[in-house]
Amino acid sequence: MGDWKEKIEISNLEVKYDQKEALKGISLAIYENEILAIIGPAQSGKTTLLKVINRTIEFVPGAKVKGTVKIDGENVREMKSVYELRRRIGMVFPLPVGLPLSIYDNVAFAPRAAGIRGRDQLDELVEKCLRQAALWDEVKDRLDSLGTRLSGGQQQRLTIARALSHQPEILCLDEFSIAVDPVTTMRIEDVLKELRSEITIILVTNLVQQARRLADRTAFLLNGKLVEIDSNEVIFSGSPANKVTYDYVRGTFG
Amino acid sequence: MTGQQDTTIINPNPDSSGKESTSSEKGASRSAILFTDTPLVRRKRLAENMAKGLFFLMTLLIVIPLILIVCYLFYKAFPVLSIDFLFTNPARGMRAGGIWAALLGTIYLVVISLLVSAPIGVLAAVYLNEYAGDNWLTRIINLAVVNLAGVPSIVHALFGVGAFVLFARMGRSILAASLTLAIMTLPVIIAATKEALGAVPMAFREACWNVGATRWQTIRRIVLPNSISGILTGIILQVSRAAGETAPIMFTGAVFYKAISEGDIFAYGLFDQCMALSMHLFTISTQVPNVPDAIPYGTAVVLLGTVLLVNLLSIALRVYLRLRKKW
Repeated sequence: MGDWKEKIEISNLEVKYDQKEALKGISLAIYENEILAIIGPAQSGKTTLLKVINRTIEFVPGAKVKGTVKIDGENVREMKSVYELRRRIGMVFPLPVGLPLSIYDNVAFAPRAAGIRGRDQLDELVEKCLRQAALWDEVKDRLDSLGTRLSGGQQQRLTIARALSHQPEILCLDEFSIAVDPVTTMRIEDVLKELRSEITIILVTNLVQQARRLADRTAFLLNGKLVEIDSNEVIFSGSPANKVTYDYVRGTFG
Repeated sequence: MTGQQDTTIINPNPDSSGKESTSSEKGASRSAILFTDTPLVRRKRLAENMAKGLFFLMTLLIVIPLILIVCYLFYKAFPVLSIDFLFTNPARGMRAGGIWAALLGTIYLVVISLLVSAPIGVLAAVYLNEYAGDNWLTRIINLAVVNLAGVPSIVHALFGVGAFVLFARMGRSILAASLTLAIMTLPVIIAATKEALGAVPMAFREACWNVGATRWQTIRRIVLPNSISGILTGIILQVSRAAGETAPIMFTGAVFYKAISEGDIFAYGLFDQCMALSMHLFTISTQVPNVPDAIPYGTAVVLLGTVLLVNLLSIALRVYLRLRKKW
């Protein structure tokens, strides 16, 4: 791993929601073109971590952030344009949100917001993103119909297509598979493996097996603290540095 | 036997209790007994039917007076109702003629007041709902909006006299009266718009922000298109209020009598005084002796008709925009 370039560097990150501490001082590095899985039980701060990276935490009332997150060495909180920052990051959240627009407009929303107007360019981009999200074949004949009328699994893939539509350098997936059937999950996982050559992927997942299948490295969060981060060989080897990690991965936690 | 039980279980008809009791006699199975009427079930059903009846009665109570009023108005107004009644000025000290000056005055007042209050109200609501954080200032503003909506119209009238007629030196004029009406309708428009904006799920906004859209892009492309029906309904409903109020315009611009050229829709200027339907109705029913009965009723019918027409428009608009609503 020595020659991997650091993409995101998180140091001493603390997040408080009013009185409640969500993250209690986390430091970790995420390398370029890797898939980093983040596992951990509920309330361990996984989603909060993602929100800090793209600064949507600022929309949460009462949230306070200490510590730094750097992308390519640049502190995200000192970046001139937060919109520029968010365009560099694709986000997929657990429950799919189809915008009340046509399928085409759903995917073209972000490029348009970024100022891309050319119809050809948009067409090409929309097709590429929908293909990447394994949705193109199902919707190519009805791009004008409403995104919100798709089934739950299709909407989740639409969300993934939208997250890719602004051609991000980093893709964050927060438990993307809970609304998707296993077959589609596999197809999306294949897509992620392909995307790895181009972008950095952070995969928050409740499925330990998914982390094992996909990730290069896995981080284990518990109650807002980073218990362990290491390559998958170590984490899933049966001899991770930490006993708690071992228990969680084996499913005998608590 | 099993088949028979199944039919009793899935049978939603409460009158089938006889059949159920026979099946329970025959088989005495526990599931069948569960579905026969116990005294408790009967009591609850009685209570439910009574409640339903009561609610229906209350609904009727709202509708009946409305229908009676409309019928009575039309019956009394029948002798004067004609196109000429709309388009001629009052004559012979309001004892004859039509209501043209008052009708046009009301239209002027309502349109100008909405031209002022709708943009201000909608933009203020967008700011309060989409941009403003939760701090003491916005809380005070929200409180002020709610309280302003509850201020009696006569108080608005006094404010209008002080602020527009005297301080701004507009004099008693259509402009001053319209602005007073605008101040009166503003808080309700803000409240209705905030309501409509708040009904757009937060998840839509977050989805937009996550792909790097600015707040304005989010509002423009997602929030406004999905709340426009509620916003327009809120605005249009204020038309009826602005048209019906007498107090705010009495001291600020409406007059007892003013003759204008008949059929000319530009007969009033901004700084003219004007007649208005609500005020006209008030004066001819209380201040002028020996007015033929039909004229005040005719005026009321026109006022009501104008308001109903606008409400119909709002319903039509709402239906049309609902059809386009996408979630």
